[in-house]
Amino acid sequence: MLAPINKIINFSNVDGPGNRCVIFFQSCPFKCLYCHNPETINYCNHCQKCVDKCMSSALSVVDNKVVYDSNKCINCDTCISVCDNFASPKINYMSVNDIIVKLIKLKPFIKGITVSGGECTNHKQFLIELFKEVKKLDLHILMDSNGNIDLSIEEELMDLVDGVMLDVKSVDDKFHYILTSKSCDMVLNNLDYLLSVDKLYEARTVLLPNFMVENLKTVNYVSKKLLLKSQYKLIKYRKYGVSEKGVDFFKDDTINDEDVKECLEIALKYCNNSFIV
Amino acid sequence: MNDVYKIISDTTMTYKQQLLSLARLAEGSEINLDLSDEYYNAKNDSVICDLNEGNAPYRPRYIIPDYSVLMNKGCDFLQLDAPTDLWEACNSLLIMYSHVPSITSFPVYLGGFDDLLEPFVTDLSDAEIEKCLRLFLLNIDRTLTDSFVHANIGPKDSRVGRIVLKLSEQMQLAIPNITLKYDEELTSDEFANLAITCMLKTAKPSFANHKMFVSEWSENYSIASCYNGLKIGGGGYTLPRLRMYELSQKAIDINDFMNNVLPKYTKIMCEFMDARVKFIVEESAFFKSNFLVTEKFLDINNFTGMFGMVGLNECVNNLLNIKDHSLGYGNNEKADEIGVEIMEKLSQLVADHKAPYCSGFNDQYRLHAQVGIDSDGREDSPGARIRVGNEPEIFEHIVHSGKFHKYFPTGIGDIFKFEETWLNTPNALLDIIKGAFKMNMRYFSGYLDSNDVVRVTGYLVKKSELYKLDSNKQSLNNVSIFGKGARDTGCALDRKVEKNVSTN
Repeated sequence: MLAPINKIINFSNVDGPGNRCVIFFQSCPFKCLYCHNPETINYCNHCQKCVDKCMSSALSVVDNKVVYDSNKCINCDTCISVCDNFASPKINYMSVNDIIVKLIKLKPFIKGITVSGGECTNHKQFLIELFKEVKKLDLHILMDSNGNIDLSIEEELMDLVDGVMLDVKSVDDKFHYILTSKSCDMVLNNLDYLLSVDKLYEARTVLLPNFMVENLKTVNYVSKKLLLKSQYKLIKYRKYGVSEKGVDFFKDDTINDEDVKECLEIALKYCNNSFIV
Repeated sequence: MNDVYKIISDTTMTYKQQLLSLARLAEGSEINLDLSDEYYNAKNDSVICDLNEGNAPYRPRYIIPDYSVLMNKGCDFLQLDAPTDLWEACNSLLIMYSHVPSITSFPVYLGGFDDLLEPFVTDLSDAEIEKCLRLFLLNIDRTLTDSFVHANIGPKDSRVGRIVLKLSEQMQLAIPNITLKYDEELTSDEFANLAITCMLKTAKPSFANHKMFVSEWSENYSIASCYNGLKIGGGGYTLPRLRMYELSQKAIDINDFMNNVLPKYTKIMCEFMDARVKFIVEESAFFKSNFLVTEKFLDINNFTGMFGMVGLNECVNNLLNIKDHSLGYGNNEKADEIGVEIMEKLSQLVADHKAPYCSGFNDQYRLHAQVGIDSDGREDSPGARIRVGNEPEIFEHIVHSGKFHKYFPTGIGDIFKFEETWLNTPNALLDIIKGAFKMNMRYFSGYLDSNDVVRVTGYLVKKSELYKLDSNKQSLNNVSIFGKGARDTGCALDRKVEKNVSTN
């Protein structure tokens, strides 16, 4: 079994406790307006638009398909910036063993791994096989998820995972739909489920400029659910990497400090561990 | 212009710096050592460097007094009784520091602050300890004006250790250099995290692999000067260096290097060291009359000579005819293998030499990965370090270091420069240090890119002090001038920054 891997970051200090290896899977069922790595959303459709633009000849066409040579790539990301399809030609299809070989080298230096994306649960069967092997290395496993699949019925997966970092983008279903193109019902079910089994490492909400009513509604809802059980990370919207459509939608480059402060105060009223990044 | 005039008319030197430079001139001009022509040829070819130790050594290069003697018995010569409280203890130490010689004429070792002072703090409030230690540290920074002055803390958590960290963070001083003796099993994560935060903000303490040092030296070891492992109550007589790049140029090929060139010059250097050691012990007054010896702050059996080397990186690449350093040592398995082979051979050659007055060390000298001097330029990278600018990713860098650090019991270390976000996650950096020590790294230093206090090659400088020199003003710290040179000619401050990463 192979999975499409967008990127592996060997050492990360911002994806859970301690130093961690982060594995980014390709593809996501959400189409978030503020996504800051939109190239992880879709699979390459081999339109070949990026091939001529590549400055280091790392992209070529074989049998009408775009082929990527990581040895030649200089990581200028021109291919990503010219892609109209929210995809990347720089995907490596890796087996569980490929990843484990890498992790064995990193093991002395890391507390655990974090799987992210895209949406890693798009590849849940692969995750189960990967996590079984990661457990043998005695590494801590965190899953960064948008909560789009029903985690409560994924018993095997959830037994292997030590914690989930769950994005709660909005608790207003209509607004959630505008933001992501999907309903928030499953996300909120997962929030309850993860709290009930004590596997919510952290909940996260992006605070958006010009949508204070929605921000407050979500922060209120989530912090009352979390109480003292999990940490709540409030992320200031930044336009870095955001698609043109998103930039137009949110109008301002970032949310103002007073609004951020108001959100944090509400979060801290109920949830003892909330912070802004 | 003659050298004496040059020194006394130099407006960028303080009075004390002039005095020491004049003394250094005198030390270099008197020929007292009987050295071979082979040595002089090697010196002229820049293959052997005596680190300006001069021709008339009158004290060991590094002196590591056992300050516990001062704490327990006082000192007759200095007319000091054993201290009875923290203020007396700090005062006695400060008095003694000014009487401890070294190659720099400043003490390169100040003791384990927590070991020495913790017994006096039991009944004191944090506020009083802080007040006392603040004055103590300020006095050290302003009177022992040389960054090779070095103190130790750890491995165990202590009130003194915590307050030293807190004050170091607040005071932002380049002096003293500090090392935390770190052992995962003895040092709490909480104390280690405090040390990491302090290290990021002020480039100290560095982390020494306590387990590794104890296995070689017993508990009775110190870290002095840059990162030099030495025995407490002893020290290092001398530290000349083989400049490996120049050495490699003497060889026709790798075989010639291994079988002829390396043995020949190792022998020349060992004999040079023998001459220096014998002179210090037999001719100079130090071991006969200095109070540190007569009152047993030092024991000659705890001294050894330090066989230094620089430029393994450039040596290996030259032997393999690798012109592009980014494809060589540190980034190339074959090059690293040759590096290990050279170190195996050199270790054996040095161990086989019967060294005089090293009875506590099986009559052997010990290897030292010297951090380089400003005049090395870019021909010879420090010790066995990967060239600045060609460092691989941090974990590969550490794995590489782990292959080489075991060869250098008298000191080797690597320095990593971090982005500010690491300040929020000392735990993540602690994971890396724990891993590094498991991989046999000996000594780990780090600092933030944005600091004023930064680590150059092994010692600390303040960037603001370098700017003073840049604008022809004086700097109180003797070492700022070396830092300026290393920055300008060795690119020593341009090492790679370990970046934070962010997810979606």
